[in-house]
Amino acid sequence: MTTESPARQDREVQRLERVTVRFAGDSGDGMQLTGTQFTKTTAIFGNDLATLPDFPAEIRAPTGSLPGVSGFQISFSSSDIRTPGDQPDALVAMNPAALKTNIGDLRPGGLVIVDEEEFSRSNLKKAGYEQSPLEDGTLSAFQVVPINITRQNELALEEVDLPSKQKFQSRNFYALGLVLWLYGRSIEPTVKWAEARFGRNPAVLDANLRALKAGYNFGDTTELFQVRYEVPPATVEPGLYRHISGNEATALGFLAASIKADLPLFYASYPITPASDVLHELSRHRNFGVKTFQAEDEIAAMGAAIGAAYGGSLALTGTSGPGLALKSEALNLAIMTELPLVVIDVQRAGPSTGMPTKTEQSDLLQAMFGRNGDSAIAIVAPATPADCFHMAIEAYRIALKYMVPVIYLSDGYLGNGSEPWKIPDMGDIPEIASHFADPSTTDFQPYKRDPETLARPWAIPGTPGLEHRIGGLEKSSETGDISYEPENHHKMTLYRNNRVANIQHDIPPLEVQGPESGDLLVLGWGGTYGAIVSAAENARAQGKSVASAQVRYLNPFPANLGEVLSRYDKVLIPELNMGQLSMLVRAKYLVDAVPFNKIAGQPFKIAEIEAKIDEVLGLRGPYELDFGPTSNLGGA
Amino acid sequence: MTAPATNGKTGDGEELPVLTKKDFTSDQEVRWCPGCGDYAILAQMQKMLPDLKIPRENIAFISGIGCSSRFPYYVETYGFHSIHGRAPTIATGLKLTRPELTVFVVTGDGDGLSIGGNHLLHAMRRNLDITIILFNNRIYGLTKGQFSPTSELGKVTKSSPYGTTEMPLNPTRIAIAAGATFVARAVDRDTKHLEQVLYEAAQHKGTSFVEVYQNCNIFNDGAFAAFTDKDVRDDRMLYLEDGQPLRFGKERQHGIKLNGFLPEVEWDAPEDAELLVHDAATPHTNLANILAHMDYPDFPVPVGIFRRVEAPRYEEMLEEQVQDARERAAPEFEPLLHGSETWRVND
Ligand code: SF4
Repeated sequence: MTTESPARQDREVQRLERVTVRFAGDSGDGMQLTGTQFTKTTAIFGNDLATLPDFPAEIRAPTGSLPGVSGFQISFSSSDIRTPGDQPDALVAMNPAALKTNIGDLRPGGLVIVDEEEFSRSNLKKAGYEQSPLEDGTLSAFQVVPINITRQNELALEEVDLPSKQKFQSRNFYALGLVLWLYGRSIEPTVKWAEARFGRNPAVLDANLRALKAGYNFGDTTELFQVRYEVPPATVEPGLYRHISGNEATALGFLAASIKADLPLFYASYPITPASDVLHELSRHRNFGVKTFQAEDEIAAMGAAIGAAYGGSLALTGTSGPGLALKSEALNLAIMTELPLVVIDVQRAGPSTGMPTKTEQSDLLQAMFGRNGDSAIAIVAPATPADCFHMAIEAYRIALKYMVPVIYLSDGYLGNGSEPWKIPDMGDIPEIASHFADPSTTDFQPYKRDPETLARPWAIPGTPGLEHRIGGLEKSSETGDISYEPENHHKMTLYRNNRVANIQHDIPPLEVQGPESGDLLVLGWGGTYGAIVSAAENARAQGKSVASAQVRYLNPFPANLGEVLSRYDKVLIPELNMGQLSMLVRAKYLVDAVPFNKIAGQPFKIAEIEAKIDEVLGLRGPYELDFGPTSNLGGA
Repeated sequence: MTAPATNGKTGDGEELPVLTKKDFTSDQEVRWCPGCGDYAILAQMQKMLPDLKIPRENIAFISGIGCSSRFPYYVETYGFHSIHGRAPTIATGLKLTRPELTVFVVTGDGDGLSIGGNHLLHAMRRNLDITIILFNNRIYGLTKGQFSPTSELGKVTKSSPYGTTEMPLNPTRIAIAAGATFVARAVDRDTKHLEQVLYEAAQHKGTSFVEVYQNCNIFNDGAFAAFTDKDVRDDRMLYLEDGQPLRFGKERQHGIKLNGFLPEVEWDAPEDAELLVHDAATPHTNLANILAHMDYPDFPVPVGIFRRVEAPRYEEMLEEQVQDARERAAPEFEPLLHGSETWRVND
């Protein structure tokens, strides 16, 4: 490390297996940046990790107010971890509002670093504090370290020629430096990153680097901290790694699908939280032939995707729940015309506008049934941020082989969350075949199906001799002419549904973690994977007979799902909704699955699922979710 | 489906076979009511298409919902009968990804201006190279006779037994306002003029918008008869000709002049010099707007090309971005996959 000063103290170094840190501040305090940089450094250091950014609802809530608090939680470990942690061990609070909204989550005895200077009377009032919590003893359960971050930062930046307002904005680098020191991390990756990011603005770069180093050195030279912590690198599979968020992995996955299918990617989307990052990312990749289209509305984005699919491109549209509702009629046209495309739904808390920045899994039934008529669609759902890459490719493998639209259900937690990722070798990913019509066909029939998959041929404009008409009206099987024949409609409806059912032959069986059979199976889907697996593992460590499995193909289900369910006495289905997978599983397999529902805009904690497992196993009484003291704060 | 005119393998660049109206007639039975104005529009389109000298496979007709939207079934090209109001969105996706195709959108006053109004506006402002034909019959035909967004104030229909209480939209004014680079109007019964306008619209590079006054003889018969009937047409319609003074009447004896900002009829105008001269290519929309405001009975109804200007096209600019980006950075996926920071874990 280049920054160690001669005055450094010898301190006790405490070795920990896992640490969870939360950075919280005003939305203008740069906490997402601080969290992201700490995460990158930690990833490079070799820890396993998971993150949970928590954005305020408003872009510019009043400074210092409770709704304006922005948070970023990271959990890192020397062993395998899958969730951003139930309870932070340390909290960095840049102002009273950040303290107030986050302190309730901190574990007893946890470390609290606050910017003392920000605890002025007016700021306390904005946060609804009658008196300073730093003085009234309410924080006695924690180790509180008040630091004059604002003042220290100002001193460190004395020689920098910037207005004081701008200097104030380097405080997050100061805090970052301090926390990097505390956990024995290098500042080098941040220095490198800052040089690239602020290179064009030398004064700002200088300010940020001075603040970063000052924070680091402050930890090193003062005796405020009795111990430093060390979380050794995790032992993971050898290979080349990077850090990736779910939305990044989603965009890269669809780009990879375009390469593997050898078809240009077309992405049509209307901006919507939390899916816009996918639009931002894909719009940067014109050199890969990616055409992005910011449509006038959700319906137009869906329609444009259909037009692109009709034209033979790899058609993609992306949205969140309210947008999926708007797209539903046009999506049905894609089902009726049997065109291959993918719809991304980065789910958020609903109904209606709901809580745009908060996560939920409540669009499963909308994806499954939210259209008129019997209109089956394929549905896939990634289980972790990095899995988004893999499932994006799967979505197109299915769409192109079966000539069917596919809904890809991500969520705000997966999209914004991140983890280390062993970079796949593109050579290991199989090519994706398309189902183009044979241009030498003499008597072309647009709805003549492949007998095995039931897919119709993909005959794209520009192909001589294959001119034909399609549309939303019912069509005669084979010729595709309009037909109101009773038998034909019955037959075509079965075809459309069986074509989706046939995908079952093409998807991997459901994998179980834990005993092959036993007392309890915890079944989940989507982003609950980490919490479910960890809870089941903990239960097994206590000698309980608990297995877990995550469904990543939701329509159709994996072929062995019914059989897997039958091997356990009980089935528990935790979901961030009112029990949507439970409903499907109960209806299809007649299994008395126990739903466990959390609709709080936040992911499950491991402990919550553990407690529910104990309840279902009869080891404790009924378990109620406990939202803690902060449940009605933060975010309007 | 009829067999292709050639061996069916003619691609771009090869010599084209001579196509005829018959080559653009599909094997589908036409289902419009006998006497419907749609027949005339279909016939002029099928007659005009061979003149474009484009292979059939490179043409696509996209429609929404409504009587007019059945159009694609009857044309032997690629065709897509989509959902209500959304044809411009599908056409946009198709044209952006396959710029070499010739794309037509067929819509109506309900489809294009009511349920699909938003899409129509945005397609026109983006100046995609597509041709939009809006069949305006001032009524909902397919749903059997409700008023439409172009029905006149007070119109009595099944859904407005006391008469409507809303002002109609003027499609041509909307197209001008939205920035369509080609705006024209034609009448179903004046087939020769209609064919010419369709041809010019298809030739234009950029969004072409053509409003066709179309008679729905079942639910709104004679909606335009007051000025389109053969014996009154000359006196009540004004055929726009680029570079020519605005004249109408059997002997072209009447003219339109400007009084301040307002048009005025000059009956029996002897001198051309006083009259407004049509200029479809003027960059300003003022003249086109003056013309679009002129309506029967105060004025003769202008038909023909209101506006024809050149402007950068969406699909072309997008394609240029792709080419430029390719020249600047080769599409190498690995660096992207690796991101800015990687680390290696060894055994
Ligand atoms: S209802 Fe009117 S517009 Fe529709 S086909 Fe019949 S005549 Fe034509």
